[in-house]
Order: sequence, then C-alpha cells, then structure tokens
Amino acid sequence: MDKITSATQDYIKTDLPEFRSGDTVSVGVRVIEGSRSRIQSFEGVVIAISSGGGTSKSFTVRKISNGIGVERIFPLHSPNIETIKVLKKGKVRRAKLYYLRNLKGKAARIKERIS
Amino acid sequence: MQNNHMIIGKKVGMTRIFNEEGVDYPVTIIEAGPCNITQIKTEKSDGYDAIQIGFDEKKENRTDKASKGHFTKAATTPKKELKEYRVGTKHSAKVGDTLTVEMFDIGDIVNVTGVSKGKGFAGHMKRHGFHGGSRTHGKNSVMRKAGSVGASASPARVWPGSRMAGRMGSDRVTMKNLIIVQVDTDKNLLFVKGAVPGANNGIVYITK
Repeated sequence: MDKITSATQDYIKTDLPEFRSGDTVSVGVRVIEGSRSRIQSFEGVVIAISSGGGTSKSFTVRKISNGIGVERIFPLHSPNIETIKVLKKGKVRRAKLYYLRNLKGKAARIKERIS
Repeated sequence: MQNNHMIIGKKVGMTRIFNEEGVDYPVTIIEAGPCNITQIKTEKSDGYDAIQIGFDEKKENRTDKASKGHFTKAATTPKKELKEYRVGTKHSAKVGDTLTVEMFDIGDIVNVTGVSKGKGFAGHMKRHGFHGGSRTHGKNSVMRKAGSVGASASPARVWPGSRMAGRMGSDRVTMKNLIIVQVDTDKNLLFVKGAVPGANNGIVYITK
C-alpha cells in the first residue's frame, strides 16, 4: 500500500456496495439547511466512475428530471453520502456511458444484467 | 530575533480529504522528521545564532570521515540532509535533540520551501505568461511568438533583463501561510492544505 493510501485510510469507506457503470442507484445525500440536515435521494444511472484512487474517487449519476437531463458527481467517500442503494444492474459494454447524453426515451434504456 | 522552528520533510504527494461538513479540499502529505539537532551555532563561536538539523538516515559506509566526526559529536546517526535555521539567543534546544511532527498543531500556519519542478527550456508563453500571436486573421507562424523585444535605432540593443524564453523551474520556492490540517504522529506525517513546491519525494523545509 502506498503512503498516501495508508495515510488517508480513516477517510475511506469500507461498507460501500459494489456497483459499476450502467447500474441504477439511489444516492442518499445529506443536505444541510441552516442548523437542520436531512437526507435527499438522487436516483439515476451511473454513467462514469472516476479513475481517481483513494479518497479522490467519484462517480457520476445521470437522471432525467422533468424531461431535462441532470447529472451529479459524487465523491464516493464523502461523509455527506449517507447511503448508496443499487436498484438495478445494467448490462453495458463501456465504462463511460457519455453516449447516453445524446439519447433519450426508449433509446436511452439499458438492458438488465442477470448475474 | 523570534525563535523559528523548522523541520525537514519529504513530499509524499497530494490527495483530498473531507472536513466535518463533508466538503473535500486538497491536501499535501509531507513525511516530516524525525530530525536530530546536529549542531548549535552561537554568536561567540560562529558569529551568529543558528540550529542545524539533520534528516533522513544515511548509510554509514557512504558517509565520509569528516561528516562521521560531525555526527558522532552530536551523538546521532549519519543524515542525508543537513539544514540550519537562525534563532534568537534564548532557546532550550540541545545538540542531539529530536524534532518530530509533534511540534505542529492542527491550525498552525507554516511556510513550506522546496525546489520547484524543472520545466527545461520553456518558451515565453509558459515562462512569463505572454499571450503569443493571433491564431486567426490569416496568421500561421506567430502563434507562440513573443513579438517585439524593443525599439529600433535607439537603443539599438535589447534591454538587459527582458523576459524571454529560457530555463524554467528548479527554483527555490516558498509557499507561505499554509494551514496544517492533520498531524499523524505515528507515521510522522503532516497534512498541509494546498500545494507545496517540488516533485513527490522532494525535500521540503517546513517553518513555523
């Protein structure tokens, strides 16, 4: 283990579910409003998982909200990410699904992966 | 003169960590110390007051006799890096003392000095931030040119010190007012917010 990884061990979550590009996930994000905080969920397709290692790793979730595509990039190990639930496993041939940005409706569907 | 504190370290690399609010920020990890005080210079003996510290173990058989004598006098093992820093007359440091990252607390403001990465022979755009020529309007050979370097018949020469292409980097650079965000006393690591000069594994001097 290199020195950076071992030095930042405390920040790295170990209880993360396994998911890859193409999977549909629901991310529970903590939102702080003044003194209160609540959990907001963001549900969509994982279109990219960054190549970063350790604490720098992040993933991009895309969803269609009211007909408009919305993408959010989450730092995987952020304490503000309360939960990550894998709702559906997708069968895709690429690691980065940026082509989904150009597709909509039926064409933007992803086949389910049966493991 | 105010008493400074210095420790020598090796840049490990950069990453990012999260604060209590869950916001991430960039940090540089430095493996600092333990350093031994190898010599204390005084006004009387050397003409000025300073503390000399050594860092990083060196093999005995790679140490020359003169240095060996120096380290034996300080009752320490041979060190690769020696550095001295000026202090006032009132300090409690003793030869052979060990300096560790414990001298730093979270929230301390430090200056980090290192040698910046060498860029080789760099053009004026990279070296001095010139804008180069126009990319459009039918221009094709002036995109990275510097333009005029002076007037004509008077002075009929280029002023000394004009900014031009040349060797860039490998300079001694100090980053001031960096904040210590984490101290790992077991592994001798300092987490400094922001970037510090130099490549990974480069020697850096951290002063408080």
